[in-house]
Amino acid sequence: MQITSPAFKQSARIALKDASLQKALGNLKAGFPVKRAQAVARLPEFDALRDEARDLKNHILENLDIYLEQFESKVLQQGGHVHWCRSSDDACKTILDICQQVDAKTVTKGKSMVSEEINLNDYLEKNGVTPVETDLGEYILQLRGDHPSHIIAPAIHLNLEDVSEAFHQHHHRPKSSDPAVLMQEAREVLREQFVAADVGITGANFLVAETGSTLIVTNEGNGDLTQTLPKTHIVVTSIEKVVPTLEDMTLFLRLLARSATGQEFTVYNTLSSGPKRSDDQDGPENFHVVLVDNGRSDMLGGELQEMLRCIRCSACMNHCPVYGAVGGHSYGWVYPGPMGSVLTPQMIGIDKAALLPNASTFCGKCESVCPVRIPLPKLMRHWREKEFERHLSPKAVRYGIGGWAFFAKRPRLYRLLSQGSNLALRLLGGKKGLIHRLPLGAGWTDGRDMPAPSGKTFMQQWQAKQQVQQKQQQSPQEQQS
Amino acid sequence: MSRAEIMNNIRRGLGRGEASPEQRAAALARIEARADNLIPQRAQLPRPEQVALFKTMALDAAAELIELDSIEQAPAAIADWLAAQQISELVCASDPALQALDWSALGTINRIERVAQAGDMASLTGSFAGIAETGTLMLHSGSSSPTTLNFLPDNHLVILHESHIVGVYEEAWKRLRSATAGQIPRTVNLITGPSRSADIEQKLQMGAHGPRTLVILLIKE
Repeated sequence: MQITSPAFKQSARIALKDASLQKALGNLKAGFPVKRAQAVARLPEFDALRDEARDLKNHILENLDIYLEQFESKVLQQGGHVHWCRSSDDACKTILDICQQVDAKTVTKGKSMVSEEINLNDYLEKNGVTPVETDLGEYILQLRGDHPSHIIAPAIHLNLEDVSEAFHQHHHRPKSSDPAVLMQEAREVLREQFVAADVGITGANFLVAETGSTLIVTNEGNGDLTQTLPKTHIVVTSIEKVVPTLEDMTLFLRLLARSATGQEFTVYNTLSSGPKRSDDQDGPENFHVVLVDNGRSDMLGGELQEMLRCIRCSACMNHCPVYGAVGGHSYGWVYPGPMGSVLTPQMIGIDKAALLPNASTFCGKCESVCPVRIPLPKLMRHWREKEFERHLSPKAVRYGIGGWAFFAKRPRLYRLLSQGSNLALRLLGGKKGLIHRLPLGAGWTDGRDMPAPSGKTFMQQWQAKQQVQQKQQQSPQEQQS
Repeated sequence: MSRAEIMNNIRRGLGRGEASPEQRAAALARIEARADNLIPQRAQLPRPEQVALFKTMALDAAAELIELDSIEQAPAAIADWLAAQQISELVCASDPALQALDWSALGTINRIERVAQAGDMASLTGSFAGIAETGTLMLHSGSSSPTTLNFLPDNHLVILHESHIVGVYEEAWKRLRSATAGQIPRTVNLITGPSRSADIEQKLQMGAHGPRTLVILLIKE
């Protein structure tokens, strides 16, 4: 897909005025966060599980080569193939190659963000293989020539009317605005595709070193039909998804659905281990795992290593006030929200993605809900620092920070200046305490009023507190009596 | 080529060359140990309560539950259920435990053994375990349990013996390892309720691509 991350500001501005998008985003805010909170409340051990999951992921990353080798050897033992791909191009070529070997015309696809990351659909289509998305959300997007705006609810930016229109155009059936009827339509249309496909491509949520298994998690069952019916099953996935054992996978599964949709457990959790066995009555004859690196191994050993703990639950974006306001497409590439603001600069370059880690108030909600406790604000700050170091920030920002640093290093001057501006802002705020216009502050006041400072300043409060404490220390008996 | 590059880059990032024999041995020992992580209290219960929890959680996940005193009652119960849905054909797994039953109660309903095909209205399979923690069924592929039966038909009927209900996933993994001599089957399915999607306006609809209905026939111990 085309990268539009450098245009984040314009995209966000358009998104904020898009009534239909804002309506759709309302569904998100009223749904996932509430359901997650309920699921968490039902499991007293939830936070303890998060600690263990963080520690286990850290252990896995320190031993990543060993667990990947172990996973590979188990897949090979069971008659499967493992392909190692350094880049998106490598991965696309590898997958096309497998498709061509079996003379594939159509491939069905389960939902896979790695396949979005490597831009697989475009590549296959250009080379004469037709990919058919089977996840309902992804299918709607494919019909519309659209892209996911969310990692687990890809069509979250659309309303019923959009789906109804897309189906009416492509299915040539009477137009319906009943979600149940629309889903039935997709079910019928895609059923033929499932049966006819030569190859099925799915992602993987986890790779189990112990058994050489790949695991997919779906509510629809589309991933299972995708990987069970065609003769060839290709799993496209990434290197950080390996876990040592089934028990270890279980630790993450207890967190994944609850963090994502607020379900106790996703409807279908399916382990695939190699091609069909000699006594199996169905299942694919060929089993390929395409392991994509795409910049992930570069994240090891650095500050971004913690991002490799991510299990793609989407809790960070579901709770992000910025994502909730501008939607996923504004971020301009595959991964939106806080996790995307950390990953995208790594994958497409900070020069193109510098606005994303800046699109955060650092409210910290993302970190507070992350099942593997990734310090997302810290990692976004890392990118802001990189942006500054590489002189990518706009001049106004650089001079602004320089000016601020000058005063910050001179506390008396800083206080004097802040007292002055404090007073000025209060005067500007008038009786209502709201500022409509501010020199150099149009970025704020164009969209909303700025509240004027009210009450005592931090320094005044701090000094008052210190005085009280001093008094207490001087005369403890007086206080008691 | 790529493999070596990726491995080298991983090791460079981790600030080491090939893992030391000690580190490798420790990682492999961790796999061999298959140790439990933290297991929530919820399902660590006396047996009768585990069965009760399984039922509650399965119903919460929108599964249908039919409780039977013995497996011999299954054909009549299935016949009733299919008749109520006006379904005239049942595709069965070629499971010896199912074959051994007296199916005359099905009457005019056609019972066939094969893998699933598009258009099948109902399938019947056994199950390997029930997991009380979330009301989850564990099924796996094998000579008498084709996987397509779990996904392609409109309605999936599953026989589960109460004695096969365990508390937590970890117990099910252990049972699976011992039943299959450590060789994991090609496919292992954990199924919790029927297929669903909320991809249209975040409104939950049942029956996306997998079965619209999941009927659990629970056989008493």
